[in-house]
Amino acid sequence: MDILSLSMAETLEQYKQKNVKPSEVAQCYWDRAQKLNPKLNAWITFNEDFLAQALKADEKINDVDWSKSPLWSVPLGVKDMFCTKGIKTTAASKMLSNFTPPYDATVVERLKSAGALVLGKLNQDEFAMGSSNETSFYGPAYNPWNLEYVPGGSSGGSAAAMASKSCLVTLGTDTGGSIRQPSHFCGLVGVKPTYGRVSRYGIVAFASSLDQAGPMASTVTDAALILESMCGQDAKDQTSSDQKVAPWSKKLSAQVKGKKIGIIKEYWETSGLSEDVKQVTQNAYDYLKAEGAELVDLSIPLTEHAVAIYYLVASSEASSNLSRYDGVRYGHRANFENLSGINLDLFYSKNRGEGFGSEVKTRIMLGTYCLSAGYYDAYYKKASQVRRLLQEQFLNAFSKCDAIVSPVSTTPAFKLGHRIMNPLQMYLNDIFTVSANLVGIPAMTVPYGLSTDGSGLPIGVQIMSKHFDEQTMLDIGFALESASTMKGKFAHV
Amino acid sequence: MDQKTIQKVATLARLELGGVEIDAVTQKLSSVLAHFESIAKVNTEGVLPMVTPIEVLARYRDDQILNSLTPEQGLANAPSKQGFLFKVPPVI
Repeated sequence: MDILSLSMAETLEQYKQKNVKPSEVAQCYWDRAQKLNPKLNAWITFNEDFLAQALKADEKINDVDWSKSPLWSVPLGVKDMFCTKGIKTTAASKMLSNFTPPYDATVVERLKSAGALVLGKLNQDEFAMGSSNETSFYGPAYNPWNLEYVPGGSSGGSAAAMASKSCLVTLGTDTGGSIRQPSHFCGLVGVKPTYGRVSRYGIVAFASSLDQAGPMASTVTDAALILESMCGQDAKDQTSSDQKVAPWSKKLSAQVKGKKIGIIKEYWETSGLSEDVKQVTQNAYDYLKAEGAELVDLSIPLTEHAVAIYYLVASSEASSNLSRYDGVRYGHRANFENLSGINLDLFYSKNRGEGFGSEVKTRIMLGTYCLSAGYYDAYYKKASQVRRLLQEQFLNAFSKCDAIVSPVSTTPAFKLGHRIMNPLQMYLNDIFTVSANLVGIPAMTVPYGLSTDGSGLPIGVQIMSKHFDEQTMLDIGFALESASTMKGKFAHV
Repeated sequence: MDQKTIQKVATLARLELGGVEIDAVTQKLSSVLAHFESIAKVNTEGVLPMVTPIEVLARYRDDQILNSLTPEQGLANAPSKQGFLFKVPPVI
């Protein structure tokens, strides 16, 4: 049996039929991850107990209660933003390079309780601040489709591991597109659920009003299955919602006849939108129309300000969230020969100055500036007001359609080193993804085509739906997946 | 955005920046903020700032003692400790 060719749902079916054992699947993914990591740099830490846990699972193959363990023995890769009990959690920062949490994030706890086995922790941009995985303290991850290109970010390691078949499913976090953009760059299905669907407890905080966790998977069905175990209210996160979690995977339907699909005119007019991305997105519209969906033109005039709102709000929240890293209770501490005689402010400044990388420092500075006396009204408050207006425009748009389909990013993956020196250019690339976080709606990427410039890179399309209407989003994704030219294509690395 | 402002903000953020870093951050923030100034054009008269994208209601629970970290667990990641205490510079 070719274990690596199976989706997660297919692997689970093989377990149920007792055609394969957890230890065989685990060994297969472990070997591949170990073999490819020197090339891809997708993993920061491996779980040394992974194979032993799989062997232990072998003994229980006849007694699995599938209703309670729907993800039994699934090898899971976890972005290094999620606290994992007893396994180092670094957020890809020198600041946390020696941090081993004493507890699991709620999401990790739920997936483990559903039977998943953590294979290891995945590379990312430092504190999830970046769009290329180039800000990681552990060095960049590489795109398995073409090693000269970035895998995207911030969940770049999660994308590289999935696209190289080094893991069956991975977890990412998405503050402004950090699941969807790397999924687009690496040919994966990636889902950011509605804000509040997933508990943020135990996830390293970046921007608390924007952060959501979600799966990166090889199929829409796999993503839906993982979501069902991840979502739901958590007493440890006040912002987690009590909305019912539906059995999305069982209800998936590729029937789009009569569905109204919105097209945002301002997205289509964005400068720098590549011909390949345009063509692939147009192909998606054509398919949906041919299947009986109605295409509806929409306008979100505030799109031109979305990136500004996002970076002002996210950096402000980040500067506040990252103030906890002071080198006292955990995290990097500078080497002081003698603590007596050291001023406390100098102590904090030195610890933080040494522990944070360049991009994180830039964001902390931007956020602190926006929140400081004299500038608060002009930046943070103003951005938060425009954010409300942007939400109103999206709610108005959704009164005319069931879902919005759009590009994920202006281009396919870019080459390593090409944008890292120009933060503004890097930030502007997020124009299609940040609005879903600002507004709080669910959004996902589905792979739909390949670039034609000879680089052989995947291109995805984005689907957004109304708050808590993940089913419609997943259904449209399921329909597009069925027609995708990416079916059966994978990275040869 | 000048270097004096950057230095003041770095002090507020308790962030030590070297000379080269100050130059780089000054340049980056100047270019980014110049682009972001555009939101000033949007009329926000009477608009409430949005701090969370969904309604968050206060939730209460019974006043029960729940599990918490042991002192050993709480101190396990401390860069410097003495007994059951975090060691820091004198604060007074």
